[in-house]
Amino acid sequence: MLLENDVNERDEETMNEPQASAIRLRGIVKRFGPLTAVDGLDLDLPFGTCVGLLGPNGAGKSTTMKALTAQVIADEGEIEVLGYRLPDDSKQARAEMGVVPQLDNLDVSLTTEQNLLVFAHLYRVPAGKRKAAIQRALDIANLNERRASKVDELSGGMRRRLLIARALLHEPRLLLLDEPTVGLDPQVRQELWALIDRLRSEGVSILMSTHYIEEAERLCDEVTIMSHGKAVAVGPPRELIAEHAGPEAIEVYGSPARLTEVEGIARERGWRTRRTGTSVSILQANGDAADLDGESRITNLEDVFVLLTGEEIT
Amino acid sequence: MGRAVAARRLGRFERPALQGVMVREIVNFSSFWRSSTFSSTVDPTIYLLAFGFGFGSLVSEVAGLDYIEFVGTGIVATTVLFSGAFPAMYSTFVKYQFQHTYDAILAAPVDTEELVTAEALWIAARTGVYGCVPMIVAMAFGLDPSWGMLLVPAIAALAGFGWAGFGIFIAAKAKSIESFSYWQSGLLTPMFLVAGTFFPLDELPTWAQVLGHVNPLYHCVELVRHAAFGFELWADIGHVTFLVAFALVSWRLAIRYMERRLIL
Repeated sequence: MLLENDVNERDEETMNEPQASAIRLRGIVKRFGPLTAVDGLDLDLPFGTCVGLLGPNGAGKSTTMKALTAQVIADEGEIEVLGYRLPDDSKQARAEMGVVPQLDNLDVSLTTEQNLLVFAHLYRVPAGKRKAAIQRALDIANLNERRASKVDELSGGMRRRLLIARALLHEPRLLLLDEPTVGLDPQVRQELWALIDRLRSEGVSILMSTHYIEEAERLCDEVTIMSHGKAVAVGPPRELIAEHAGPEAIEVYGSPARLTEVEGIARERGWRTRRTGTSVSILQANGDAADLDGESRITNLEDVFVLLTGEEIT
Repeated sequence: MGRAVAARRLGRFERPALQGVMVREIVNFSSFWRSSTFSSTVDPTIYLLAFGFGFGSLVSEVAGLDYIEFVGTGIVATTVLFSGAFPAMYSTFVKYQFQHTYDAILAAPVDTEELVTAEALWIAARTGVYGCVPMIVAMAFGLDPSWGMLLVPAIAALAGFGWAGFGIFIAAKAKSIESFSYWQSGLLTPMFLVAGTFFPLDELPTWAQVLGHVNPLYHCVELVRHAAFGFELWADIGHVTFLVAFALVSWRLAIRYMERRLIL
């Protein structure tokens, strides 16, 4: 109940003050020939929060991210970023936000510092402040010692940190992170999480697309679960889990025949199930599944995701 | 949070945007200027020497000029093509297809129009300098310097801007880097030969002469020769007009097709 009240209060605030969203999408549709990549998406990013776009590859996350910089022009719908209407005022919006792309597009033949210098120009950092801005970005990304290294001498994690530093040169109010930790090993991923968390605590609004459930659970105040270009659920991770998956899951292991049998029993009792590799997870059983001889575990966003979309996330 | 950037209305063409894209090119250039300068100037110089010695031993005078004077000035247009169109084609394609550089730039407050303009201006600046190199080499072989030659960098840069735009346009249309060979063999090589650089157009069949006259390289060749050996007012106004028109058309084409390529 407490959680619901919180949400209601926030909804009221949003209605009273139209400027409360750093990003506001309504009914976004984007087609590429016969493929509809984004299919009527609504999205809100309240100022000072971190919102995650969660979905498997091909759910329309990257297309949505590109629409926010007008590198993709939506066929239908309204986009407002930092109060600017897109695509007409996109340049203005881009001047006040930072973008970390999924694909590494650093200049590999340039040094760390030279990469930052170029973007200090592009982001209109005044000549007198460029040096300080570059130093600040190097400090944030912890790349001071590698400032003179060419990018192709940097590790994957350093390159990713440099991409983030590059997006922060002009002290943006809004940061777009497209799959910020994809392809990185777990330790590097956690370093980046700490960095992202720090930015959020400093008041930067963050929209992050990811297909790592744990990433969304840890960093996001709210997630939008996307499937086939649509938002299938929106809310804080814990609420979504409570609402859709219940407090606990019962995981039953056994032979394929046993698993099929368990699924049948669960269906009869009106519970939701999902296959998790060698087991069946029973959700929303509320402690009544003790007779099935399973192990109890805490539910997670992945349960929600699979229940809502019928897709396993990879 | 303190803003490093003052809130102000951004215009359509912003000097800082053009400057930012060019700073990127200049910083990059500082690491590969040797190879770039080599390929842009050595090729034309080889043509100059091969034609100068090979052909020059057969003919002493062409169109009232010593052959070294004829080819030493005409060669500027060849350099413009080699250092304008070709780098524009290849570097543009590499930057959007392989390095995703343009994705990064367009996520900053820079529009395609500014991006393309800055790239073309930078190539034009380089072409203005490179264009003079084989002409200076020709001086060592008997081309006499003249005051008018001081205008050659400007002529080469104007023509270079047009070819840069044209090269970017080709890159924007290309589905793969292999398709450049159609443009190169089908259009650029014939243009390079039928430009009045190595032999005058008057000796060619009428249809080839007509084609030569719509070739921007021909107008560049004529302007450079006139700058070196004496202007012909009305003809040269015509040549400049043609080159300006070529630059405008290829600039707008480059922007239009790059937008199609970069903005989905």
